[in-house]
Amino acid sequence: MSDAFPRRLLQQAFVIGLATGAYGVSFGVLSVTAGLSVLQTCVLSLLMFTGASQFAVVGVLAGGGAPAAAAGNALLLGARNIAYGFVAAPVLPRSRLRRALLAHLVLDETVAMARAQADTETAGRAFLATGVAIYLLWNAGTALGALAGGALDPIRLGLDAMFPAAFLALLVPQLRRPGASRAAVAGAVLALALLPITPAGVPVLAASLGVLAALTARAEAAGAGHDAAEPA
Amino acid sequence: MSWPLLLALCAGCYAMKAAGPLLLAQRRLPPPVERLVGLVAVPVLAAMVALQTVGRGRSLVLDARLAALAVAALLVWKRAPFLAVVLGAAATAALLRLVA
Repeated sequence: MSDAFPRRLLQQAFVIGLATGAYGVSFGVLSVTAGLSVLQTCVLSLLMFTGASQFAVVGVLAGGGAPAAAAGNALLLGARNIAYGFVAAPVLPRSRLRRALLAHLVLDETVAMARAQADTETAGRAFLATGVAIYLLWNAGTALGALAGGALDPIRLGLDAMFPAAFLALLVPQLRRPGASRAAVAGAVLALALLPITPAGVPVLAASLGVLAALTARAEAAGAGHDAAEPA
Repeated sequence: MSWPLLLALCAGCYAMKAAGPLLLAQRRLPPPVERLVGLVAVPVLAAMVALQTVGRGRSLVLDARLAALAVAALLVWKRAPFLAVVLGAAATAALLRLVA
């Protein structure tokens, strides 16, 4: 079976897995310092398995936000996986059981790796190899961080400053898409404006409306007659 | 966070991943819808960056986190790996608090 996977693909998958594993360590540390138990932290990585949403849960809880607010923010960030699921669907196996299992591996990285391949068969293998590597190393990293993190003093070590840094590192690669910068500015401004006057969680919910600013970018580009459309 | 809420959240996140593969096998969302859904994470992440940098409860507070974010931005710009970005931010905030 393994000879069906090109060595290049396995190496890339492993490197991506290692990078997310390191990221998993920081998630594990932050999650237990935010008050989740080691078991809850590990279950999040095993069953939620989507980094931005997991960081949202522990970030809101660490800031003193309500669990409902943490949940709302996590679901909003998970919404992009709906789009990824549709993109990944054609490269998944036909069996419904396998599709259901592999759907758990729908992520930024797996979909990007699948998209980078020339044909559907290789795309399916790239998706699987990357997904399995990330799943194993993300969970190993989480467990390591969760076990080590309980002993740390979050404020003295500046761990609270890791959250905005983590979200920034997740945000920047997405800014290249058309209209994304406008959507980002709109989201940040909406959230900051609403922070003092609304209950916790509402600013981020409202910020999702910032996505509409991406539409204005498109309309302007069309109106000006420039070809600003995204590559097909 | 309670276990039922945590598990319900996990189920919700899985349902969003599985919607495409299980419901509409080989079909696609209309491209404008797919584009908007894919972009929702952008304003939400930007809002998280802003709130986690200057938010404290329901007030705006400027502290060591702002300098930490600047260092993180520099590291992201220099294409540093993820772990270096978050550790750089933590180290900046820790140092500033140690000095203050």
